[in-house]
Amino acid sequence: MSRQDCRILSARFGRPDGHRLAVYQAAGGYQALRLVLAGMKPDEVIEVVKESGLRGRGGAGFPTGAKWSFVPKTADQVYFFVNADESEPGTFKDRYLLDYDPHQTIEGTIISAFAVRANLAFIYVRGEFGWLVDRVQRAVDEAYAAGFLGRNILGSGYDLEMIVHKGAGAYICGEETGLINSVTGTKGQPSIKPPFPAVSGFLGKPTIVNNVETVAAVPWIMLNGAAAYRGFGTEKSPGTKLWSVSGPVRRQGVYEVPLGLPFREFFRDDLGGMRDGEELKACIVGGSSVPVLTAEEILSCTLDYESLQQAGTMLGSGGMIIIPQSADMVELLKVLMHFYWDESCGQCTPCREGTGWLHRVTSKLLKGEAVAEDLALLERICDGMAGLTICPLADAAVMPVRSFLKRFRGEFAARIHETAAAGSPTRWARGE
Amino acid sequence: MEKPVIATDLELTDRSRQRIAALCARYPTRQSALMPCLWVIQDEHGWVPAAAVPYLVDALGVSEARVHELLTFYTMFRTEKPAKYVLQVCRNISCHLLGAREVIAHLEKRLGIRLGETTPDGRFALAGVECLGACGHGPVLQLGKHFYEQLTPARVDAILESLRRDVVPRADTDRLFEEDR
Ligand SMILES: Cc1cc2nc3c(=O)[nH]c(=O)nc-3n(C[C@H](O)[C@H](O)[C@H](O)COP(=O)(O)O)c2cc1C
Ligand code: SF4
Ligand code: FES
Repeated sequence: MSRQDCRILSARFGRPDGHRLAVYQAAGGYQALRLVLAGMKPDEVIEVVKESGLRGRGGAGFPTGAKWSFVPKTADQVYFFVNADESEPGTFKDRYLLDYDPHQTIEGTIISAFAVRANLAFIYVRGEFGWLVDRVQRAVDEAYAAGFLGRNILGSGYDLEMIVHKGAGAYICGEETGLINSVTGTKGQPSIKPPFPAVSGFLGKPTIVNNVETVAAVPWIMLNGAAAYRGFGTEKSPGTKLWSVSGPVRRQGVYEVPLGLPFREFFRDDLGGMRDGEELKACIVGGSSVPVLTAEEILSCTLDYESLQQAGTMLGSGGMIIIPQSADMVELLKVLMHFYWDESCGQCTPCREGTGWLHRVTSKLLKGEAVAEDLALLERICDGMAGLTICPLADAAVMPVRSFLKRFRGEFAARIHETAAAGSPTRWARGE
Repeated sequence: MEKPVIATDLELTDRSRQRIAALCARYPTRQSALMPCLWVIQDEHGWVPAAAVPYLVDALGVSEARVHELLTFYTMFRTEKPAKYVLQVCRNISCHLLGAREVIAHLEKRLGIRLGETTPDGRFALAGVECLGACGHGPVLQLGKHFYEQLTPARVDAILESLRRDVVPRADTDRLFEEDR
C-alpha cells in the first residue's frame, strides 16, 4: 500500500482554501454526518467506533468507544469537549488539523457529541494559537449557517451548540479535568479522579474530553466503516497516526502514517534522515513527557503503542523530538525541567516542590556546581513524586529525568564537580 | 454606610459590552463566561485594567477573588499595560535544538535588554516562553495573535527593523488568511 493511501486525516493538508466549507463539502465533507443523522442511533455510532479500535490521541491512548460508553444513559445533560490545548513540547499536529481542515474536526465533534447525547460542545483552543481561534470560529460560523449546528440539525431532531473557547496560557489546562475546570471560570487546576469526567465533569454532569486528532478520525470511520479503519495499523494499534517531528532532520513536519510503521523506514524515507553533519543520538517519541530512547533503541522500534511500550517509552501525543549527537543531554533535561516547574499548577506538594528541586538540581549540574550525591538526589526527588499526585504532570516530569539518567548517565556523571567546594546538595537546594 | 469606591468605571465600547452580554447568555452559567469576558476586555485595552474587576463582579455575579484568581493563574492575561510590542520567544526543547539560544542572544543584543525586560521607551518587551506548538518550525516568536517561525538572526533584524517603523510584518501564521482580508 502506498503512503498516499494512508491519508485519512491529512488528505486536505496544504490544499488551497481547505479550511472553507465549500471545499470540504466538495471533497465529501459532512456526508458522514448526514449518514449518521439519517439513520443511526447514538449507541450504534459508539459500537462502530468501538469496533474501529480508535484510541485517544491526546496522550493516554484510551479506547475512544469504551470511554464514550461510560456516560450514564440516564443523564439529563451531557457535555462534549474537544481538547485543542496542544501544549506538550514537541507536539504541533492539532494545529495542522485545525488550520488546514477545521471542518473535519467540527464534523467529527458533531458526530461524537451525538454519540454521547451531548447538546453542547466546546472546542478548547490554547490561547497562544490566536489566529487559529479566529479560524476555527469562522468555520463554526459557517457550519451553523449551513445547518450542521444549532437546532434540529438536518431535520433529525438533534440539537447541538458549539462554543470555541480560548485558553489563556497554562499547560495544565490540557489535562482533562483542568480543562473542564478552566471552562467553569475557575483556575484550570486538575481534580482528583474518580469521579471520572464521563460520570461527573463539567458542572457536575457527564463530560467527554477527546483530543482533536481523535474526533477528526470519526467522520472517516463512519463513512468507510470500522473494518476499513482496521485495514491500517496493527491489531492493537489500528488506524493512522499523525507524528509531529522536530529536530535536525532533513524534513521536519507533520506526517500521517499507519501505526506499526518501522521507525527506521519513517526516518529514512519521510524525514530524509539527519541533516548534513548531524547524527542521530536519541529520540523522545511521544512529546516531552515520555522516556527518551537511544538511537539504537528507537531504530529497532515500530511506531505503535505496543512496540514503544516494550521499548520502555510511550506513543504519547506523537510529538517526536529528534536529538542529534551534538546535543548536550544535561542541558536538554534542564530545559525540560524548567518547563515542568513553570507549569506545575502548585496544588500538590510533591509536584510543586519536586519540579522546583528537579529544576534547581539540573541547573546546578549544568553550571558544573553539582557534587556526586546530586545524581542520587535527582532519583530520590523522583521517587517522592511519581504516582503521588492529583494529575500525571508530576509523572510527566519524572519520566524524562529517570530515562535521561538511565540512558545517558555518563554525560551526567561527567558534569559532577570533583571537589566538594560547591557545598552539599541540600544546602544548595535550600538556597543557602 | 456608603459603599466605598473601589475603582473608576471600566471604559468599554458598546461592542465589547454587547459581546460580554452575548457570552453570558451563551455559556451555560454566567460564571463560566468569565474567561472569555476577560479576553474581550484585554482585546480592547491590550490588558485588563483594575476597573475590570468590579465590572465583572457585577456583570457575572462572580466573586472578586475569582477574577483575581484567573488573572494570576493564566499567564496570558495582563494586569499592567504592556510594551507596544511584546516579543515572546520559545525556549523549549525543539526550538532549543534548532537554535533558539542564538536567536534570543541576538534579540537581546539588538534591543539592548535581557529576557524579561522592556526597553526604556516602553516599545519592546522580550520574554522567554514555553513551547508554543510550533516545534517543527522553530525557533519561533509570538507577537500578538501571530507567530514568526524558522527565525535566524537576519530574519530577526528584518522583523525588528519593520516594527521600529511601526509596520507589523506579515507573520507565518498569516499565510492562509490572505484571501479572507
Ligand atoms: C499535564 C497534562 C497535559 C495534557 N495536555 C493535553 C493536551 O494538550 N491535549 C490533549 O489532547 N490531551 C492532553 N492531555 C491528556 C488529557 O488529559 C486527556 O487524556 C485527553 O485529552 C483525552 O483525549 P483522548 O482520549 O482523545 O486522547 C494532557 C494530560 C496531562 C496530564
Ligand atoms: S500533579 Fe502538579 S500539575 Fe497536577 S494537579 Fe498536582 S500540582 Fe497540579
Ligand atoms: S519547542 Fe518551541 S514551539 Fe515547541
